Order: sequence, then structure tokens, then C-alpha cells
Amino acid sequence: MIYQVGIDIGSTAAKVAVIKDTDILETFVLPTGWSSIDTAKSIKKRLNSIGIEESNSKIVATGYGRVSVPFADKTITEITCHAVGAKHFIGDNTTVIDIGGQDTKVISLEGGVVKDFTMNDKCSAGTGKFIEVMSNSLGVDIDTLILLARKGGGVEITSMCTVFAESEVISLIGRGEKRENIAFGVVDSVIKKVNSLCSKHGDSETYFLTGGLSRNLYILEELSKAIGKKVVTHELGRYAGAIGAAILAKKIKK
Amino acid sequence: MKISNENSLPEKFEEFGEKRRQGFLTVKEFKDRGENVVGTFCTYTPKEVIYAANAYPISLCSVSEETIPAAEKHLPKNLCPLVKASYGFALTDKCPYMYFADMVVGETTCDGKKKMYELLGKIKDTHVMELPQTQDGDKAIDLWKNEIKRLIKKLEDKFNVEVTEERLKESIKSCNEDRRLLKEFHELGKIKPSIISGFEIFTVLNGSNYTFDREKMRKNVRELIEDLKKKQTENNTKYTKATPRILVTGCPIGGVAEKVIKSIEDSGAVVVALENCQGYKELHEEVDETIDPIEAIAKKYLNIPCSVMTPNNGRKELLKDMVDEYKVDGVVDVVLQACHTYSIESYTVKRFLTKERDIPYIALETDYSTGDTGQLKTRIEAFIEML
Repeated sequence: MIYQVGIDIGSTAAKVAVIKDTDILETFVLPTGWSSIDTAKSIKKRLNSIGIEESNSKIVATGYGRVSVPFADKTITEITCHAVGAKHFIGDNTTVIDIGGQDTKVISLEGGVVKDFTMNDKCSAGTGKFIEVMSNSLGVDIDTLILLARKGGGVEITSMCTVFAESEVISLIGRGEKRENIAFGVVDSVIKKVNSLCSKHGDSETYFLTGGLSRNLYILEELSKAIGKKVVTHELGRYAGAIGAAILAKKIKK
Repeated sequence: MKISNENSLPEKFEEFGEKRRQGFLTVKEFKDRGENVVGTFCTYTPKEVIYAANAYPISLCSVSEETIPAAEKHLPKNLCPLVKASYGFALTDKCPYMYFADMVVGETTCDGKKKMYELLGKIKDTHVMELPQTQDGDKAIDLWKNEIKRLIKKLEDKFNVEVTEERLKESIKSCNEDRRLLKEFHELGKIKPSIISGFEIFTVLNGSNYTFDREKMRKNVRELIEDLKKKQTENNTKYTKATPRILVTGCPIGGVAEKVIKSIEDSGAVVVALENCQGYKELHEEVDETIDPIEAIAKKYLNIPCSVMTPNNGRKELLKDMVDEYKVDGVVDVVLQACHTYSIESYTVKRFLTKERDIPYIALETDYSTGDTGQLKTRIEAFIEML
């Protein structure tokens, strides 16, 4: 029995998927913490505990921590892995939006292959990190911030830079602006930035959202509104990169 | 006429590292022999004219972020790293070529450079040529011809020489010989599977801009060409027919060669052609030896397809030919931060390559820092994976 394992170490969370052919047998997530090397060790322990060893598996590592997985047979970038993962869920032609912890990527998939991709520039505007920093300022967790956002409106965060935006949020708090409205402004800022990345790509009929935020219905709704097309996901959307990596592991000769 | 003069070393000479000190001593020795050095910044500088004035052109385009903080005392932060670094080296006396250059020749190319030259003029004797913004029409070529005449006059006065037609013709011949040789070398990139890495191609072409000994340069390149041809007949190469072949275009890449070319080649591809200014862009066309030398020089240089020209259809034409001849699988467009002309043109180049030629394309925006190495590597690896 040969397992295919995909390990996607992002800046915030490490996602792992174990599959056999195309059946997803197991998925789990761990916080990346400060060291992706330690995270890789924890992942190995967890895999061993469910009977997966280097000898009975093919392992592909992806994500920004992909080079920190010594037991991986191969590393592949998260662009290719997210595309393959999305293809598994939605088919050959789609645009994948991955809102990650430090990068946001838009990937055009045509006929099952990556045709083009765009990543956000150096700064963290439009990424999960932006929402995380703003949640801290508002004293709530990310899920709560998104729940609050749905009830708010009317506030626009104009700074693209996370550091400046944080000052903007703090001055809004100081002015006594309602938390719901500030939360709305935070999410709205991310949606606008992601939409601007998408607009650099050709028209697509479907959009597939991956990454930690794909669990939030409000994000899907707002993205759909901004792009003007339906943005969908899958309950395992967060694992798209890991699942893609595991699918690609099949090709490894071992 | 050679004027022997005392050439002192910079005040901070003793604080410099071994390699930099050696660089200063080499250029000082050259200067002490009474040779004249003219610093240049751009492929548009007609080097034939400088040689004909008994001087040596040397490229001053800086490739290190070391002096950027010094430059930012006068220049804005959000500016091209090449412009900032070059000015920074002039301010800090850290570049032997800049330090010992008798004068500098610049052109009104991009806004960043042309405004920087105003400040540079306060430190060095700086002659700025007015480069037309377009290659079309008689007005453009007439202006450029006059600018070449004005440069001749400046050099004649500066170095107390006469730039005769005879001398111009000689230097045209000799520069064409260099061009043919370097072109032949670059065209070895057409061989599939590749017999040379893009980083080596870059190193050789770049090195040829920083040498005073042209005979030695020619000899080295000739030997290298022979060696590579031998490798080809022996099928002695680490590349295969399946190795993805990349063409690099866009901004000057001296300062980002490690980050871009090395990363591409570390990701399993090979760079087979460099269309940038230190690459094929300048080499592919010679100066006509059969017509009036000033006319010939003006025509050749004005025809260089840089994004500062509007329109810049020549770049599309050149890319079209190169993509076919070098059997290119993907194009990487390097855009230095805050380079508006290349950045805007990347839209046109992308459309042309992906829609009309079906060649995958990626634009990479970067600067001279190492902060984005990881992100750049991910983009490059992903691009190679999609080929």
C-alpha cells in the first residue's frame, strides 16, 4: 500500500493531506509557529502515528516552508499544487484565488494546466495577515471579525499598507466608530485588493477560493459581488494545496 | 594626445576591502599612463565616438545596493535602484570607474536618469545627450545626428584631440568587430540542447563592458567560442532537449542577475538568450561601414529598441525573431522597481507573446535588495513548473 502525502507549510498554518489514488483518506492542520522545521517534525510524528512512514509513502512538500521538510521526496511550488487541488474539486477550467497568510495568488487554469498566475507584491495588503493584524487591533479572532463585518458598513480603510491601515483602524476606534463598521472596512479592503489582482486575469466563468478564509461564507459572497461572478469553494478548500501536492506525489518514482 | 597627470586615490581608500582596493589600483595605473576614461550609463551612448576621441568608455551602471542609502540623502526612495546606486557610488567614491572617469556621458533616456544627471553634474563633468523620444521621422534622426556632433565637440575640447572621419571609421570597424564576436558568442544560445548556462553568457557579455584591454577580451571570447563548439560536437552538456529554455528581457539585469538568472537555472531551466541592454539588444545591429560615419552611428544607436522610445515596436520585432531562433519555451521580463517605461510596456509584451505567439510570459518586479529572494524564487519555480 503506497500513500501519497501532500504537506503544505504556509506562513500561518501547515496543512497535510493523505490520499490513495484520488481518495482523500486524512487531512489535518497544525499552526506553523515560528519554525517550519519543528512543524515538519510534528507532522512526521503525526503521520507515523497513523502508520505512514517514508517507506510506504510518496511525499511532496509545498508552500513557503517546503524546503524545511527533509523527509519529502520532492518540492513543488504552491502555485502548481493549488491549481492541481482546485482541478480535483472543480475541473479543468477555473480561476483559483488563494488568500494565504502572507501571499495572495490568482491562478488561471485552462484545460487543466496553469496558464498564468499573479501574486500580490511584497506587502501584505489583501492577505490573511492583513485580517489577522486588524483582528488583533479590534481584540477579536478572525472568525469573529468576519461575523462582525457582515453587520457593519460605511467605513473604508484607505491605506493599502498594513502598518498604516492599523493606525487608521486605531484612530477609528479612538473616534468611537462601531466595531462592526471597522470590521466591514477591513474585510472590504481585502476584497478590493483581491479583486484588483483578479482583474489582471482574463474573464473566467468560475472562481474557486482556497486558503483558510474559504470557510467563511461572507468572504465568498463579498468576493462574488466584487468580481461579478460566482466564487465557490469546497469544504476542504483550505487543503487544496496539500491535496494538489498529494495528487502530484503519484508521479514520483520510488 | 595623452596628458599625464597625478591621480590621487579616494580619502577612504584604506578602509576599502582588498578587492575594491585592487580595482582602484588597476584603474589608477591605467589613468597614470595618461589614458582617458569616459563613464557611460546606457546602450545609447555611441562608444565609437569616445574611442575616436582617444578615450575609453566604461559602463558605470551600478549593480549593488551598497550605496543606495547614501543616494537616498538626495534622491527619493521610490526610484529605480540602478539610478540610485549609480548616483550613490559617485557620492561615496566607492566605484573606481566613476571615481577616475574624466567625464561622464548620459542621455535623456528615462526620467529617473535624466534628472539624476542634473545632480551628478555637480560632482562630475557630465555631458547629457538629448536622445529623441521616438525613432520615427526625420526630425528624430536629425536631432540625434546633431547630438553626436555636439558630443564630438565636447570630447575634442576635453581631451584636446581631433575626431577625424578617418578615426571614426576606424573605431566603427573595431567596435563592429567586437559586436560580431559577442553576437556570435550570444548566438551559441541557439543550440539545443544548450551548451552554456545563461549565467555564463551574462558574465561574459557583462564583463566585456568593464575592460580596457580589448585585445585580451577578444582573445578570451574567441577561445570560449572554440571551447563551446567543441563541447557541442562532443555532446558534452548537462542540459537535455527537455530542459525548458528561457529568454530574459526587460530592464538592465546586472544588479539582479543572481536573483533572476541563477534562480531560473536553479529551478531546472536554462536561460538561452538575454534581450536586455547588456545582451542582444545592442549586438544584433552593426554600424553601417559604407556610409557617412556620423550618419551611420546615429542610425544604429537610435534604432535600439528600449522602452524609453515611443512607440517601441522594435522590441516586439526583436522578441518575435529571438523566440523562434532560440527555440524559447518561456519569457521572463525583468522590471526594476519604479521603472515606469518597462513596467507599462510589460502589458503590451505580455499580450503579444501570450496571445500572438503562444509563449508563456511572466514579469518580475524587483530591486537590488535580497528581501524578496524567496518570493521571487517561488514565482520563478512556479513559472518553470507551468511550462
